[in-house]
Amino acid sequence: MGILEIRDCTIRFGGLTAVKNLTMSLERGALYGLIGPNGAGKTTVFNLLTGVYHPNEGSIELDGKSIGRLRPSRIAQLGMSRTFQNIRLFKSMTVLENVKLARHLTRTQGVFDAIARTRRLREEEVKIEQDAMELLGIFKLDGRADELALNLPYGSQRRLEIARALATNPRVLLLDEPAAGMNTQESLELMRLIRSIRDRFGLTVLLVEHNMKVVMGVCERIQVIDYGETIALGSPKEIQDDPKVIEAYLGGA
Amino acid sequence: MRRGLLWLGAVLVLAALEPNLRGLIGAYNYQILVLVGVNIILAVSLNLINGFTGQFSIGHAGFYAVGAYTSAALVFYAGPSVRVLTASLPTVAQDAVLLLMGLLGAALVAGLAGLAVGIPSLRLRGDYLAIVTLGFGEIIRVLILNIDAIGGARGFAGIPQLSNFFWVYLFVLITIATVHNLVSSSYGRAFVSIRDDEIAAEAMGVDTTRFKVMSFVISSMFAGIAGGLFGHFTMYLHPNSFTFVASFYVIIMIVIGGLGSIEGAVLGAVVFTVGLEVFRGFGAFRLINFSVLLVLIMIYRPQGLLGSWTLIKRRKQAGAM
Ligand SMILES: Nc1ncnc2c1ncn2[C@@H]1O[C@H](COP(=O)(O)OP(=O)(O)OP(=O)(O)O)[C@@H](O)[C@H]1O
Ligand SMILES: [Mg+2]
Repeated sequence: MGILEIRDCTIRFGGLTAVKNLTMSLERGALYGLIGPNGAGKTTVFNLLTGVYHPNEGSIELDGKSIGRLRPSRIAQLGMSRTFQNIRLFKSMTVLENVKLARHLTRTQGVFDAIARTRRLREEEVKIEQDAMELLGIFKLDGRADELALNLPYGSQRRLEIARALATNPRVLLLDEPAAGMNTQESLELMRLIRSIRDRFGLTVLLVEHNMKVVMGVCERIQVIDYGETIALGSPKEIQDDPKVIEAYLGGA
Repeated sequence: MRRGLLWLGAVLVLAALEPNLRGLIGAYNYQILVLVGVNIILAVSLNLINGFTGQFSIGHAGFYAVGAYTSAALVFYAGPSVRVLTASLPTVAQDAVLLLMGLLGAALVAGLAGLAVGIPSLRLRGDYLAIVTLGFGEIIRVLILNIDAIGGARGFAGIPQLSNFFWVYLFVLITIATVHNLVSSSYGRAFVSIRDDEIAAEAMGVDTTRFKVMSFVISSMFAGIAGGLFGHFTMYLHPNSFTFVASFYVIIMIVIGGLGSIEGAVLGAVVFTVGLEVFRGFGAFRLINFSVLLVLIMIYRPQGLLGSWTLIKRRKQAGAM
């Protein structure tokens, strides 16, 4: 059984069925692509997985534990973290603080440690800062640690979102169009980085992308959805030649 | 070690000032100064929930009232027996024991009230907290009006005078240090993340309900302490001092100073309290001055006088202090 198992999930918004009977299985360590034209329901799948929405039907299991009814913070604590397509950085915080916030899951300090600023807290704060700087280093953001996150250029904000998600120590990482707004060169670089992060941290990655070319080069397995339903599933090679996929993309574009 | 010395120094300075201050600045100014201190505690604590955590509570006076009456009643009724128990101590020490007992009770009961109000209303999104806290403030006031043992509509008279400049400003320092330390820890980052983006905060594992309730309860506890200090200074409490107008005053203070800035809340409390006295001659019209000031601030400095400017840089502090 995979680390992430979605079975027959459906969610409706009023009359619109955004995701319909979706089944998906991610092997541990996979780099899995979820693609589809605009409005296909990709972000909605992320929102279902992370507890923003609860499915009307079907089940979701993370490492054998049912998470379909849990709140987002609980799911994050269980080891699934995400980035947002419409960037959601903490706007009054610096680049460094954004990542430090995400380290709070691993804190051992109690509220009284915080109020009295005990030695334990001060040592932990030093450790949190080191960890955060290390993560920023991976994304070449350490040089701008003290700037407000919102003052970063768009591409850097996307990379910061990944760094922040990684700071929660996830086992499964969900990336919603991390390369949006980047040119092909930058996108390919980012994909290489994502692959190396997966290897280094032993992650399972689910990647949403609507640029087929980008996802073909990096994902080992790809699922294509359109109008909330799966229309194809397989290796990049198989997907590329699938007439239904070609039609969805040409028809939808 | 260095911190311990700082606190010792602060206590000594306050203790040295206390006996001479009234003579130095006059009884009237002394009273204003104490009132400023009480309002600083109220503003800095309300700022924790409204400024840093981004929730909108408009019932701070309710918790202030709960603290004031709890402490007053505790000392009024249990005080004599405690004095017997501590008879071997000098009077100053007996007073201190009584006051600290009252303030502890005030903080606990106000904190419990915060928990009771916070859990149901903070679980829901949107403006429920505003509505529920407003209602809570009024319920508390009506409740007090109807409890004869604490004076009811007559007011609670004969409360022992235990608090003074020394105690009020000691708790001003404790409040500021607590809120400052809290907001520069993991907890503070969680509070601010909720204010900035609740969905992202949840996604990063912040149990937003839990942290909102925590922030709200701590804020309520300090309002309770402010109430205790106030009652044991004025020696008389009346429910009319705790209407929603009193809550609104505290909101004005933190808006003047800048939501989410500790220094701003302190400045706001000083400006507002002193301003209210300066314009006392205007009677009810003095509130208009503040309405005008508030409108001007909203237009020209919506971030408040100090905004998110901070005297002490919070970030670089991991090792220091
Ligand atoms: N909360 C909601 N309420 C109503 N409709 C919604 C909601 N969330 C998503 N939808 C609808 O569900 C459908 C799928 O949207 P979704 O954002 O998941 O698509 P997507 O595949 O991520 O598209 P894109 O490539 O543009 O990001 C759309 O028709 C959208 O309008
Ligand atoms: Mg999307």
